[in-house]
Amino acid sequence: MNFRMIARIISFILLVEAAFMLPAMLLCAFGGQSASAIAFLITIGIIIAVSSMLWLISRNAPKGFYSRDGLICVGFSWIIMSLLGALPFTISREIPNYIDAVFEIASGFSTTGASILTDVEAMSRGMLLWRSTSHWLGGMGVLVFLLALVPISGRNDGFTMHLLRAESPGPDVGKLVPRMRETATILYAMYIALTVLDFLFLIFGGMPVFDAVCISIGTAGTGGFGVLNSSIGGYSPYIQTVCTVFMFLFGVNFTCYYLLFCGKIKNVLKDEELHWYVGTAVFAIAAITVTLLIAKTYDTFGETLRHSAFQVGSLLSSTGFATTDFDLWPSFAKAILFCLMFIGASAGSTGGGFKIGRGLLVMKILRRNVRQVLYPNRVQAVRLNGRVVDEDVLRNTNAYLCAYVIIILVSFLVVSVDGFSTTTNLTAVVSCFNNMGPGLEGIGPTLNYSGYSALSKIVLIIDMLAGRLEIFPILVLLSRSAWKRR
Amino acid sequence: MKIIIAGYGKVGSALTRQLSAEGYDLTVIDSNKKKLETGQGLYDIMCVHGNCATMDVLGEAGVDSADLLIAATSEDEVNLLCCLTAHNLNKNIHTIARIRNPEYSKQIVIMRDSLGLSMLVNPERQAAQEIERLLKFPGFVKREKFVHGRVEIAELRVTADSPLNDIPLMHMESVTKCKALVCSVLRNGKAITPNGDFVLKDGDRLFVTATTNELAILLKNLGIVTHRAKRAIICGGGRISVYLAKMLEKGGIEAQIVERSAEKCIQLAEQLPHTSIVNADASDLSFWEGERLSEDDAVVAMTGLDELNMIISLFVKACGIKQIITKLSRTESSAILDNLSFGSVICPKDLCSNNIVGYVRGMKNQSGSSIAVHRIANGKSEATEFHVSKDTLNCGVPLKKLKLKKDVLIACILHLSQTIIPGGDSCFYPGDTVIIVSETDRALTKLNDIFE
Repeated sequence: MNFRMIARIISFILLVEAAFMLPAMLLCAFGGQSASAIAFLITIGIIIAVSSMLWLISRNAPKGFYSRDGLICVGFSWIIMSLLGALPFTISREIPNYIDAVFEIASGFSTTGASILTDVEAMSRGMLLWRSTSHWLGGMGVLVFLLALVPISGRNDGFTMHLLRAESPGPDVGKLVPRMRETATILYAMYIALTVLDFLFLIFGGMPVFDAVCISIGTAGTGGFGVLNSSIGGYSPYIQTVCTVFMFLFGVNFTCYYLLFCGKIKNVLKDEELHWYVGTAVFAIAAITVTLLIAKTYDTFGETLRHSAFQVGSLLSSTGFATTDFDLWPSFAKAILFCLMFIGASAGSTGGGFKIGRGLLVMKILRRNVRQVLYPNRVQAVRLNGRVVDEDVLRNTNAYLCAYVIIILVSFLVVSVDGFSTTTNLTAVVSCFNNMGPGLEGIGPTLNYSGYSALSKIVLIIDMLAGRLEIFPILVLLSRSAWKRR
Repeated sequence: MKIIIAGYGKVGSALTRQLSAEGYDLTVIDSNKKKLETGQGLYDIMCVHGNCATMDVLGEAGVDSADLLIAATSEDEVNLLCCLTAHNLNKNIHTIARIRNPEYSKQIVIMRDSLGLSMLVNPERQAAQEIERLLKFPGFVKREKFVHGRVEIAELRVTADSPLNDIPLMHMESVTKCKALVCSVLRNGKAITPNGDFVLKDGDRLFVTATTNELAILLKNLGIVTHRAKRAIICGGGRISVYLAKMLEKGGIEAQIVERSAEKCIQLAEQLPHTSIVNADASDLSFWEGERLSEDDAVVAMTGLDELNMIISLFVKACGIKQIITKLSRTESSAILDNLSFGSVICPKDLCSNNIVGYVRGMKNQSGSSIAVHRIANGKSEATEFHVSKDTLNCGVPLKKLKLKKDVLIACILHLSQTIIPGGDSCFYPGDTVIIVSETDRALTKLNDIFE
């Protein structure tokens, strides 16, 4: 393990985190909430101290940085980022319990949006902005941001690829252009452009500027922290529609936007993952709308369609906003939402979940195996978008599925100790692990996670980070061989 | 500038290392996924997996917006097809193909012109040419030609009994009685850019610039034997050996190829009427005993195995052979070669990639950018050829008044038809050509980069 190089990268990451705290701090300082401003100031001081300490350790770091270093570096940096990012909440006493604070910010960075707050509106505005900022930074990834910003070591090194692979979601991550820095810049440029577009649409609908900033960056990261207790339910139908559209957009693979930008519309239209993403959304909206109409939950067809589209968009893209308490819906509608939680957004988007692309691969592997049983001598390749998928990728996808199921089961067992209903516990784990936010029953869209014990919260924190980083960066940290010197 | 490299083998990876350090956007195509993975972990490049001669794969590699395609797969035919396909997809692309089958060597110019290729490279032929040069002008470890052969940089070794031992550089001219400039010294594996007070020591390897005539005087005055070998024993019957034997057949040095495989020997005998072909194992020491080596012999160790080449060289050195040339495919281990002195070392891969990098730089040749580059001192220093243009700073200023960056040296100025080995009062003017020696890490791309 190249621990010194890892330390250097983490020291850079912490500086980025400190820089992203500045807007929240300034908001507190100018908004007259001096206690919160001081909390941010102290935290920034601590972060800079830790960062410079790591920088000192990292002097004369040896060359040689491999994919295992990339995984460890990413896993480590996200944990440290969460531990330090929680400090402002605790220091300002707005969330006095440190574990609660870590839960809140880990939920932010992992773009989950699960909260332990019973009254969001009681928080100071700076803290709310920091929560939402963490969504934005976690959505595209802090390391990708770093890669766009600074050449970590020379301009010729290929190891940045290992960082991109470890942090970006999807079964097969690649570059858009030969230079890593350019790739990262393009990704962030698209991300910023879409965020600003979202913000302008919200402002156009008469939303207050502060709310529009928080909601747009929360949507961009497919996070789900709102600024009102009613999430998005308190805003006008226009704003709810804008949110629905942008939640869908942020759940699309960003490579599609790049191809679109390059004028390769044909390639985008042929993208299998996009077909399935849109197909799943249309099917879910239609099924839920019909169910709700039969049950006569809402008065008009328009309202029914709006609510069902919003909830489907929110859970399919793993955002976790809500316009209505879907826990009161008929059970078939709830079952569909529960399934959507597993599926999640597209690979290469800011969303979480198992990812459509990976699900597609699993289905194709299954189909191949079934055929293999029927015709044992047939040799078949798995294809995606007409291209043969590498056996390595398929093997990793299978391993991912195993790890995914095991983690859900183990977490479910641990969380169940607290004595809530089975549905509550299961949806809590599924919702956190897939970076959604709300679940059903005890943690429904109007409720929160504050009732869970410290142990359960820690398990859920690990689940959230593991879900965002796609398991392996966190899993290797637990492996003993990762800590050996060589 | 966007460059596509097809084939990530020896030459491909050497090119990737050099070109990516110089800041070009590289896309590498190979059909071996494992090799691509390693490449992607080492350099900031994009990798495309597949057959580089197909439209799909080339399209995926972005051939429509690329400026240059270098086809360096192991198959000549694939390289040609790859370049042809690329030309079809993008009319403005420059293409370089590696062609190494000796059977095609006669039609190389025709192929280049009729297929619209910008350049054809043949590492083996280049290596053979280099070896021929070394055989004809013995006494140097290595020599590099600049500006169409008007200037050379030669590598010399300082030994304990050399007249140069313990001499400070400023008194060097009184010993050598000719104008030559030491532009780099390799000592203990480190390249040093020396000044006048630098004292030469036993074991140093000097890199000297001088005109070709002056070099001959330098050799004579240093007492280095310039005795030309009468017979060259070439170990291994590979492609380079064939090229080399053909060249030597014309040039008056008797060539003798030692090859282990009887079948190959028959082929060689058919191809090379005036060369004696011996079917024997060059690694077998009893062969050398029966060969009755004399002072008039030169040995070229060119089997496919680097280790074997080294052993052969060390052995024949012990037998008293003065001129030994060793072919090495890997130069990564060259640090250990400093301690084992076995004469001149040839690396076809590096020769080829230097040649291509020179072409790439030439493509970028705007005002003041470099024309050609040669790696010296185990690749730790670089000698770069620049045109002086009107935009160049400090034209007409004597060199002693210039502030150059650390470890940068002006090794030679070519003013009109004169070749000047510069001193403190020399200066350069627009239209001149200069040769700059610098550390490799600096990657000079413009002449103005050398000034503080």
